[in-house]
Amino acid sequence: MSERLRFAGRRLLITIPVLFVLSVFVFLLIHLVPGDPVRTMLGFRATPENIARIRGELGLDRPLLAQYGTWLNNLVHGDLGRDYVSGASLTSLLRTSLPVTLELTSLSMVLATLVGVPLGVLAASRGRGWRSGTEGFVIAGISIPDFWLGIMLVLLFTGTLAWLPPSGYVKLTDDVARNLRYMVLPVLTLVIGETAYIARTARSAVEEALTKPFVGYLRAKGVAEKSIVFRHALRNAGVPIATVIGIQFGVLLGGSIVIEYAFGLPGVGKLTVVAINQRNYTVVQGGVLVLAAMFILVNLFVELMIGVIDPRVADGAGA
Amino acid sequence: MMTEPIPGPDATASGSLALDVRGLSVAYASARGAVSAVDDVSFAVASAEVVGLVGESGCGKSTVAASILGLLPHRAQMRGSIRFDGEELVGADAERMRHLRGNRIATIVQDPTSSLDPTFSIGEQIAETVRAHATVSRATAKQRALDVLAEVGIPDPRSRYDDPPHRLSGGMRQRVVIAAALVNDPTLIIADEPTTALDVTIQAQILALLLRLRDERGTAIVLITHDLGVVATVCDRVVTMYAGQVAEQAPVLALFAHPSHPYTTALLDSMPSAGQRPGGLQVIAGTVPDLAGALPGCRFAARCAHRGPRCEARPPLATVGEGHDVACWLVAGGVGL
Amino acid sequence: MTTSGLTRDRRLIVGVTILGVLVLAAVLAPLIAPHDPESIDSARLLRGPSLSHLFGADALGRDVFSRVLFAFRISLVVSAGSVGLALLIGVPLGLLAGYSGGWVDLVLMRPVDMILVLPALLLAISLISVLGTGSSITLIAIAVIFFPILARVMRSSAQVVTTLPFVDSSRARGMGGFGIATRHVLPNALGPVVVQAAILMGFSMQIEAALSYLGLGTQPPTPSLGLMLFEGRDTLVQAPWAEIFPGLAIAITVLAFNLVGDGLRRHVNQHSSAA
Repeated sequence: MSERLRFAGRRLLITIPVLFVLSVFVFLLIHLVPGDPVRTMLGFRATPENIARIRGELGLDRPLLAQYGTWLNNLVHGDLGRDYVSGASLTSLLRTSLPVTLELTSLSMVLATLVGVPLGVLAASRGRGWRSGTEGFVIAGISIPDFWLGIMLVLLFTGTLAWLPPSGYVKLTDDVARNLRYMVLPVLTLVIGETAYIARTARSAVEEALTKPFVGYLRAKGVAEKSIVFRHALRNAGVPIATVIGIQFGVLLGGSIVIEYAFGLPGVGKLTVVAINQRNYTVVQGGVLVLAAMFILVNLFVELMIGVIDPRVADGAGA
Repeated sequence: MMTEPIPGPDATASGSLALDVRGLSVAYASARGAVSAVDDVSFAVASAEVVGLVGESGCGKSTVAASILGLLPHRAQMRGSIRFDGEELVGADAERMRHLRGNRIATIVQDPTSSLDPTFSIGEQIAETVRAHATVSRATAKQRALDVLAEVGIPDPRSRYDDPPHRLSGGMRQRVVIAAALVNDPTLIIADEPTTALDVTIQAQILALLLRLRDERGTAIVLITHDLGVVATVCDRVVTMYAGQVAEQAPVLALFAHPSHPYTTALLDSMPSAGQRPGGLQVIAGTVPDLAGALPGCRFAARCAHRGPRCEARPPLATVGEGHDVACWLVAGGVGL
Repeated sequence: MTTSGLTRDRRLIVGVTILGVLVLAAVLAPLIAPHDPESIDSARLLRGPSLSHLFGADALGRDVFSRVLFAFRISLVVSAGSVGLALLIGVPLGLLAGYSGGWVDLVLMRPVDMILVLPALLLAISLISVLGTGSSITLIAIAVIFFPILARVMRSSAQVVTTLPFVDSSRARGMGGFGIATRHVLPNALGPVVVQAAILMGFSMQIEAALSYLGLGTQPPTPSLGLMLFEGRDTLVQAPWAEIFPGLAIAITVLAFNLVGDGLRRHVNQHSSAA
């Protein structure tokens, strides 16, 4: 057990420089804007007084390193700055939008995993029918742009069938049933593409695991075929599957930005896109930071899971 | 798999036998015609007996093992009879064979390193073998696994139970495989090159362990090997196979004292002297013949120093001593016409 | 590489055929488009598909078929341009890192790995938030998120080829490092990069469409497939054809690139396992 803890510690340590690089990137965003970001940000309200006040507040006249120090210090204390268009604090903006994104992405990821992994296993272990059926679904799922799929689903379910609301949002904490009605289409849209990628990886990884010598030994021990496939081959395929789930979470986050926008879900993605269109740089910074941090943390979790799935990884013995 | 049982010896004769193989033939269809991997092989194993199945790689010994376990590929065609503890296995249904495997007929594999699932703990892999064959609680299965781990000499099994295979040495892994074989108290163990992957000292320990278990439990063992040193150490009887056929079978002492088939003699000549690492059997000139198509004569003839005109026909199995049979014209009336 | 193996792969044939037709249509768009893609006609607002307007007309009465043709040109140029630019940066980088190894590899690849820390679309959006919108910026943003991927593939492929015996023998014959890398390693290591590039072409088209749909990519009046999807949203129920056909065009193109990529991958794998 102590090997596992040491492995987890090592992984956590590796994440720190990654988060550091992310913070530098996000910090620099506003400084890379050509011209005066404050003037652009304020638009028609860019009076000399306003500009001077906000430049002062952002500390834009101080040395870059000092600015970064202050910014990072505030960040660590949970203060991400202010939205200079609406005047709201970024922390409160993110507090309302993050739950939406979290719900959308976690529901999609969990469902895609729950469908994609068994689908891949069946494609690897059953006859040709399952195999070619899955292959067709995979290539279609990968090729269809997710937001267009979303539009088509809207057309089908709200236009033609009139079953579901085309867009909008009700907080999960206000009304679970109505919240889920608004979530069905966005989640379904994201799930189809993700499922395709996960099923493809699961299929090839399980196929490979089933060629390993331990499969023959398990048969010689009289272990049932179902158990060989779903317990042993699947767990041996776990490392590539988990890795792809981690990578795909990035694609899912990208997809969620577009999907939130398409379905009018007030999540971090939509917040960020609207902010970019308004040249509202501090909000862009906050959105990018939160989404990227989610990606990094999910991948940290995936790495830790890989250590649990394959004990050789945790021991550094090489899989 | 096509099966066609032929009548075996009467039940009374095979009553005390753990395993009775009669006229076993296995063929595979190939582009160049049927490949006869095993041809008319017969031998028997009594309980508490260790029988060595000896030959070069490709001689069909592993196919014989797979036939007994019901693990031949689907395209293989099997004929003959395999009686296990009186029960006919040729033509038995898949679920029955699964139930026998790992339960009453256990296997010890050649390479524990690649044969153990790297992602499951060694203890789980033994307990799983228990639960594959009996409806017992997890706790009971775990206890039985701990018991056999102790029995095969794994120190402190309770703390080792959760270790994945890679944390154990090669010798310890082989003990785990033996423990998994023992856990359901089998009637027969098929040990396929159980010591090939191990160094000499560990090899001796593992062989001693096998013999102790045979003595204590009365388990019958089929030991598949190409190493005559191992055969001399542990076997009661030996069956030498060549190109899918039985060349000679005899009690171990008789075989070493009076080898009667030229192939057996060549095998013994190629044996390294004591203390030397076995160098394999490549020292016999020539290679095993292509087993595709019709092979009417003695299959060893091409490599045999004594071959004569009669070797164009298949030699009958002749008895030269107590339980000592040889398939060679030299003992069946000479190689000349 | 044997061409017979390539021509026998059904996926590859289907993919290449589709792409051929699409590229031809894009090149010949001004000749085959039945209408001016920009011309607004209030007489045919939201008109459904007919013989004169194969894909119908949109909310401004513009011919969807002609717009799809011209939009596809833009999308194809952005895809090819972004992947081309990414190849131009990624291939030399990966070749140098993979061939040299050691500290060169470390110094070159660490920053490249850091770029992969951000999800692709998020990185593209961040860059656009700084650089502004438009087709050429989109092209650059996509190239930035793709070149690390291509560099990684090139690097690992070059590493494998560098260990092959013929590289040693060239060295023994006194050939210089640059010559070996460009004349021996590069051609032999390029296979997996080509496969990846084909798949990225499709991916690029999806990203361009997504960005334009968000209002962050190609700007009106330039027609782009993503932009068409954005513009048609409000009249989705009245004129679904204005949404269906541009999306189908993207899906079919991406499918074709994936088929080509998969077909090439199989061939490259066979080729390398046979070597």
